Amino acid sequence: MSYYAGEYDIAVIGAGHAGCEAALAAARLGKKTLMFSISLEAVANMPCNPHIGGSSKGHLVREIDALGGEMGKNIDKTFIQIKMLNKSKGPAVYSLRAQADRKMYQMEMKHTLEKQENLFIKQAEITKINVEDGKVESIETNIGAIYKVKAVILATGTYLKGKIHIGEVSFESGPDGVFPSIELSNCLKGLGIELLRFKTGTPARINKSSIDFSKMEIQSGDKDIEMFSFEDEVVEKEQEPCYLTYTNEETHKIIRENLHRSPLYAGKIEGTGPRYCPSIEDKVVRFADKERHQIFVEPIGEKTNEMYIQGMSSSLPEDVQIAMYRTIPGLEHAEFTRPAYAIEYDCIEPSQLKISLESKKISGMFFAGQINGTSGYEEAAAQGLIAGINASRKLDEKEPIVLGRDEAYIGVLIDDIVTKSTNEPYRMMTSRAEYRLLLRQDNADLRLTKIGNKVGLISNERYEKFCKKQDNIAKEIERVKKKVIKPTEKVNEVLQKYGSSKIDTGVKLSDLLKRTELTYEGLKEIDEERPVLTKQEAEEVQIQVKYEGYINLQLAQVEKARKLEDKALFENIEYSKILGLRLEARQKLDKFKPISVGQASRISGVSPADISVLLIYLEQERRNSKQ
Amino acid sequence: MSTIAAISTAPGIGGIGIVRMSGENTFKILNKIFRPKNSVNLDEVKGYTIKYGYIVNNDEIIDEVLVSFFRAPNSYTTENLCEISSHGGAYIVRKILETCLENGANLAEPGEFTKRAFLNGRMDLSQAEAVIDVINAVSDKEAKTSIKQLEGILSKQIKEIRDLLMSVMVNIEVSIDYPEYDVEEVTNKEAYSILQQVYTKLEKLLKSFDNGKIIKNGIKVAIIGKPNAGKSSLLNSILKEERAIVTDIEGTTRDTIEEHITVSGIPIHIIDTAGIRKADNEVEKIGIEKSKKMAEEADLIIAIFDMSRPFDKEDEEILNLLKGKKSIILLNKIDLQTDSEIKHIIQEKIGDIESIEISAKESIGIENIYDRISKMFELNEISLEGDAIITNVRHKEIISKALQLTKNAMDAMTGYLPIDIIGVYIKEIMEELGKITGESVSGEIIKEIFSKFCLGK
Repeated sequence: MSYYAGEYDIAVIGAGHAGCEAALAAARLGKKTLMFSISLEAVANMPCNPHIGGSSKGHLVREIDALGGEMGKNIDKTFIQIKMLNKSKGPAVYSLRAQADRKMYQMEMKHTLEKQENLFIKQAEITKINVEDGKVESIETNIGAIYKVKAVILATGTYLKGKIHIGEVSFESGPDGVFPSIELSNCLKGLGIELLRFKTGTPARINKSSIDFSKMEIQSGDKDIEMFSFEDEVVEKEQEPCYLTYTNEETHKIIRENLHRSPLYAGKIEGTGPRYCPSIEDKVVRFADKERHQIFVEPIGEKTNEMYIQGMSSSLPEDVQIAMYRTIPGLEHAEFTRPAYAIEYDCIEPSQLKISLESKKISGMFFAGQINGTSGYEEAAAQGLIAGINASRKLDEKEPIVLGRDEAYIGVLIDDIVTKSTNEPYRMMTSRAEYRLLLRQDNADLRLTKIGNKVGLISNERYEKFCKKQDNIAKEIERVKKKVIKPTEKVNEVLQKYGSSKIDTGVKLSDLLKRTELTYEGLKEIDEERPVLTKQEAEEVQIQVKYEGYINLQLAQVEKARKLEDKALFENIEYSKILGLRLEARQKLDKFKPISVGQASRISGVSPADISVLLIYLEQERRNSKQ
Repeated sequence: MSTIAAISTAPGIGGIGIVRMSGENTFKILNKIFRPKNSVNLDEVKGYTIKYGYIVNNDEIIDEVLVSFFRAPNSYTTENLCEISSHGGAYIVRKILETCLENGANLAEPGEFTKRAFLNGRMDLSQAEAVIDVINAVSDKEAKTSIKQLEGILSKQIKEIRDLLMSVMVNIEVSIDYPEYDVEEVTNKEAYSILQQVYTKLEKLLKSFDNGKIIKNGIKVAIIGKPNAGKSSLLNSILKEERAIVTDIEGTTRDTIEEHITVSGIPIHIIDTAGIRKADNEVEKIGIEKSKKMAEEADLIIAIFDMSRPFDKEDEEILNLLKGKKSIILLNKIDLQTDSEIKHIIQEKIGDIESIEISAKESIGIENIYDRISKMFELNEISLEGDAIITNVRHKEIISKALQLTKNAMDAMTGYLPIDIIGVYIKEIMEELGKITGESVSGEIIKEIFSKFCLGK
């Protein structure tokens, strides 16, 4: 029945956002890479919201780009609206978000994959992973092909034992009507991998021609746009608008009257859903006194009439859905193209992973994306990239790339999931990052390009270009800090123009720039020797000078935490034998096997006193080994 | 690594007390606060030597001390380290610690010297094992303290403050993480007024630590009055009183007599000029000057007036000394023929303050003095179940820091800085206060966001 289909370095199972980044990274790093998808029509699909980016997720995309990943470039090619969010809330939280042309996004990504040297894309379902002596050995497809591989990256998204619920109806399925992956889940269980069951949902899609947009508020993209990739030039194009409307008492009444028909409330769904992604029925029940909820109507692409109805995710029966959607202003005559549904899926307990995203138990088995209990395209892509890099490095016998919590949102994301067990799908949020002022979207390249180059995903050419940018910024900051502005009449006129107080002695340009009401651009008139900078460079100078004090405050916090992060903990430490550790700490440390004392200190159930004991133990060990 | 300082001797009464300081800037800080007797250059002092001199705070001498020098890497922590040995009691030692902190040292966390010793790789096996016990003991004690504080007022108040901060924080975070949602945003004005409330509460808390100081260090009382007004008789009368337990510590200050009593469990140090006069002929002039000096230092002034003699210029000067100070006015010698005029004049000058009529000689009305002291310092409300001295200083440090951060956050708001920066401050305040209640912030905020706001697809 089965046949030997060849030998490869790395196999990526799944072709969603995690799978695409993983496969591209591995192939680009010279690994002979296989990529499997149950359907090649589902490559880089967005089965839920049709946008990329947003608060903290936009940061992730920029970081992916700085490390040599593909997501930023792909959305830059295929966006139909782009917007910088949080403009008034401070530079650390500016967030780029783009509406994607979903089909174009998929096609562009698929084409990039197809063109990639070393990468072989296959439509097949992987049903089995063979492990020998604790090491990945080969994988098998449902139609009997056996591939010998050195490493495998699992990026199965919501396909693993996927089950869709629409009211009283439920059936086994992947997202968007694609087949689920059932056997692989059993295989993982057989290999001793602990699985969790999570749930998520998506709203209905509606035909545009049945919507009355005059009853909705229009929401346009930015006029002056920025791209996701640091390499891409701004593309001017006609943008598609989104629309805003609201639910009302009538909508809520229909929901309440039909709650008993929801599989969630009838107890048919066992999976845990995310708090930040509740269905409309959840919202109506939990926030009973709220009179209305926002509904965003988003375009899915240029060549389709389907619109995505954000805010109306539901698992109620289709007839109830239609009735409740039609109570919403503008949707009175809504024609459904696809109903809303809830989907349950298997994922792994992510604390079974090393911080490199490799299984602690099975050598060569990496996991990325929703299978790790996260949610979101950007979170998935970020993990895919890191898993692809680290699987390749493993084959090269190199140390894995581990980004610090002070280096990247990606670092926060991976540290969080492997350190703190998650009991609901994990979404990136800026509040999860303790050094938010350092991890800005504008400086993702300054933080990570060097690492991308070291890894081998950023070409030397791009790196040199980047170094020049970095240099321009540094030089200009130095100049701005030295330059003294004299209190001339012209200077004071300009200052007054911006509502800033006059100066009567010489003042450093950097001190003027620190004034809230003044900008780098605005000070141009009184700053003659200013060099020509790109928009990105100028923005960087402005942010770094203006917020210097606050940035330094965070740098000091980082420095304080660094010492513990630098204390390595080895895998073979037997925590159960360390005297003085409390029982809970012993168990938790044994389970998580943290890589540093810093990581250990973030595990819930490990107290500061336990950390002190751990430090003592390490010191004893060091001395023993010396003797 | 930052420079840290802490009191290294056990709190309580003891012959000497040691303040230890460790870190890069140890000698730089020491340079600012230590005046060696034989003006040596501190930079040249070798390790393992001891120097004699004074600890000064803004030119004011705090105590004469011996300072032991340890140069990196040959010290307990392997960093530059010094130990300041003073002869003072708890109050003086704490003063020295505060001076170190004011000049750039950070308060050491419990066990931090030892922690540094491990981190810097300078512990042998037996020492390390011994320290495990110590650290366990420290955390046990801390656990007990936190339970106690959970039930107590401090923790309740801090929780109130944190709740206020949380209400601002969660709004900031939700508006950042969910920019497209129309959550009911707390306006800048509301947030500012919440921060103002926080500031007031923290300030009040900080002040309340003065009560803690009273428990430990007592109240310094100066008795002033013109010659023969009855200062000595009053002191004798107090010392004879049963309610005032006279402690057996001899007054040793150079030019005043100091007596120690306890009222409602609170030590009271009474300083009297009575002893000076016998040795000195220029009574009038010096008397006033001494009184002035004492009045400056005292927590409380007891001014005593002779009712049997007319009000004179000297009385007037004494009244002047009371300005801006806590004081009790005694009208003495009610056993004699009194001059009602003087009572009238004094009352007019002191306005609302109620005077106490006594006879020091006959011990009449002395009780009222205790009652007044007790009331003024709210002694009955001060709990004697105080924490260890270091805990108090630690809390004080945390609250001062939180207070400063609150100020910064408020300034940031009036300066129209963006909310992500204001958020950084508020989170920092909460982290600081969390050190007292033992809670961390990040998870809490996220939980609050989802319980308060309706978000999602």
